[in-house]
Amino acid sequence: MDITFSSDDLKFRDEVRLFFANAAPEASQQLINNPGTYKQGVIQWQKKLFAQGWVAPFWPREHGGAGWSATQSYIYECERVIAQAPDVVPFGLKMVGPVIYTYGNSEQKARFLPGILNGSDWWCQGYSEPGAGSDLAALKTRADRDGDDYVVNGSKIWTTYAQYADWIFCLVRTDNSGKPQQGITFLLIDMKTPGITVSPIPSINGVDSLNEVHFENVRVPRSNRIGEEGQGWTYAKSLLAHERTAIARVADSKSRLDRLRKFASCELQGGRPMIQDEEFRARFTTIEAELMALEYMELRVLAAMASNRSPGAESSLLKIRGTEIQQALHELTIELAGLYGCMIADNDTSSADIGHSFGDQARKDFMYGRAATIFGGSNEIQKNIIAKRVLGL
Amino acid sequence: MNFSLTEEQQILQDSAARLVGQSYPFERRQRDVSSATGFDPELWKQFADMGWLAIPFREENGGFGGEATELMLLMEEMGKGLVAVPYLATVLLFGKLVEAGTEGPLRDDLLTRLIAGQLQGSVAYMERQARYTLNDTCTRASQTPTGFRLSGEKTMAFNGPAADKLIVSARTEGGQQDEWGISLFLVDATAPGLELTSYRLMDGQRAAKVLLNDVQVKSGQLVGQENKGAALLQGVINNALPGLCAEALGLMTHLTNTTIEYTKVRKQFAVPISSFQALQHRMVDMFTACEETRSLVYRSVCSADKPDSQEHLRNLHALKVITGRRGKRVGNDAIQLHGGMGITDELDVGHYVKHLMVLNSLFGDADYHQQQLATLSLSV
Ligand SMILES: Cc1cc2nc3c(=O)[nH]c(=O)nc-3n(C[C@H](O)[C@H](O)[C@H](O)COP(=O)(O)OP(=O)(O)OC[C@H]3O[C@@H](n4cnc5c(N)ncnc54)[C@H](O)[C@@H]3O)c2cc1C
Repeated sequence: MDITFSSDDLKFRDEVRLFFANAAPEASQQLINNPGTYKQGVIQWQKKLFAQGWVAPFWPREHGGAGWSATQSYIYECERVIAQAPDVVPFGLKMVGPVIYTYGNSEQKARFLPGILNGSDWWCQGYSEPGAGSDLAALKTRADRDGDDYVVNGSKIWTTYAQYADWIFCLVRTDNSGKPQQGITFLLIDMKTPGITVSPIPSINGVDSLNEVHFENVRVPRSNRIGEEGQGWTYAKSLLAHERTAIARVADSKSRLDRLRKFASCELQGGRPMIQDEEFRARFTTIEAELMALEYMELRVLAAMASNRSPGAESSLLKIRGTEIQQALHELTIELAGLYGCMIADNDTSSADIGHSFGDQARKDFMYGRAATIFGGSNEIQKNIIAKRVLGL
Repeated sequence: MNFSLTEEQQILQDSAARLVGQSYPFERRQRDVSSATGFDPELWKQFADMGWLAIPFREENGGFGGEATELMLLMEEMGKGLVAVPYLATVLLFGKLVEAGTEGPLRDDLLTRLIAGQLQGSVAYMERQARYTLNDTCTRASQTPTGFRLSGEKTMAFNGPAADKLIVSARTEGGQQDEWGISLFLVDATAPGLELTSYRLMDGQRAAKVLLNDVQVKSGQLVGQENKGAALLQGVINNALPGLCAEALGLMTHLTNTTIEYTKVRKQFAVPISSFQALQHRMVDMFTACEETRSLVYRSVCSADKPDSQEHLRNLHALKVITGRRGKRVGNDAIQLHGGMGITDELDVGHYVKHLMVLNSLFGDADYHQQQLATLSLSV
């Protein structure tokens, strides 16, 4: 048992460092931070990664992956955090991509994978419905066969960044006769198809990312179906484990912890920096220790995945602890900002006008961060899964 | 021992509950907070007509002579209905400072107008570097032949944008952290050299950054005694804390009740999600949090007649610790149990949570007060 880096690993690390030093990640990150230029920033960064061949390191090499070892992925993430470089948006690269290369036919692979990799297609995830959240299998959006097409009717909800999307991958109902999990089909739908409307759902952090997507007699060619009709649930489930692993965001939390340390050395109370405040130190180091445990928990899962065992119920653990730690970090950051964590910088008044650098962002992060324990399968649902599958209860 | 209300107190509670329950739907509140001042002047007038602006002032000043109990009752109902009015800023801070620190015709004039709903006030004490310490004050007041000249910057004056008058803290003597040497001044919102930058807080209320560029004040504008402003301000803040936490309690109570109701109607897996024990226990915790907070609100109301006693101060710190900690849990759980709905701006849940967060970080958060409590309880 050891994680010392081999000389090849160290060479790889230098290569990663060099890349980040030259790729100007901070410019893209700045665009990403501003809702008006968010999409532009994401795509700009993705194109740089694509050019480097690192946009989907976890994909199999034959589909454009980098074929990295678990150690290399770990090194990359560590360096990414140090460089404060953006993470990729998961919908194409981490969610639908793996489903397409695993279950899609060769025509679909040729058609969709390049756009996912080079960032020319923006994907969104159409699973949840008003009546089907935790109980996803209760979904009702219908797809009826009509000649060579499916005709889709229904509504998806909470669809993140649907307003930017070129494509949506959907779970739809093609059969009502058996168990709810049967009769679900996985469809790829062009967002420009007539009959699709997207309506925004304003959210509590004031940033528009959520939407409702309505389908009214939307014709989808049968060739856009992944795998077999009625097998969508199986395909989707295999991908959920990946999604949950990604939601742990260990690297991101490490970088937040770093920033928090810096904020705390500048934020004063009674003339003393908050980094010397006992209560703050206790909370900070609690999170630090928990994050150290999580990091190794993740490495263990990555190692298992590298030896071709798919992440099973362990990914639920990662999701639970990862999101709890994210929320603890959000909480400590906004509380460090004190009353400035309550302020809103907008078109009329900037953070600089008010005189506080991180309060406004801390508030947005805190508010949106409440969703981390809800999406990707809520933490309560993850606990149910662990109780059943791991503990056999 | 008696925790029941007098008939008059009962009437006050009922009328506040009626206003909140019947004529203040959430849509109206949302409209109010999107206005330039963050509240509806009509509603403020209604508060005046009901006599609520008079509650904390002494009878000889035209007030109701109300004690902590009356304030608690009113503010808990305000919390339940998420009522957006600058009660804290104008009445409990500005008004009470005026009552304690001015006299004669000036006081009569200001309080009469305030109680009639015709005067808005704001207290500008907070500075960028101070965080929760009141004493940490850099703004300077230098002597002039006729009074003082104020220079400095205050970062967050609640209700600043609507205020006709402000009370500003500034250093007349002493070092940056000293309690001694801080004085309070009454300043017109239109005074030359005073510059306000208005902004919104997450709960919709308005605050201002206040720049003081050589603002001239006369000695008659001194509020309280020279150099003793910090103690005066701290006393007024302490007085406001039980009411503030009662408002937080109202918010927590609403969040708990809405969550219980929602889980009874939201179905997943063909059953109401309220049938899941994991969620039932969470809601029991929310309920318990409200009861714990209520107990400490009562406790500090009961000791409020001995405002300077160690006992009362301990009660106040404990109250802020528990309201802060439990409030945070209740807010988080309310969102969590609503699932995706809890993340929307449309539902009132997020708005209650935000106001609760503002209240809990006003005048020191739970961590801050825990350290204050430790200083009192564990001094060696
Ligand atoms: C910010 C955000 C982004 C999202 N993005 C997307 C997206 O891009 N695409 C997409 O398809 N979906 C997306 N979702 C939807 C998300 O997956 C659902 O919100 C989630 O599955 C929960 O469903 P729900 O909101 O209907 O809550 P519900 O299922 O109604 O749950 C409400 C509460 O009940 C609890 N609960 C439910 N069942 C049980 C049980 N059996 N035992 C114990 N507790 C239970 C839940 O944990 C939760 O606390 C997003 C959600 C959010 C908040």
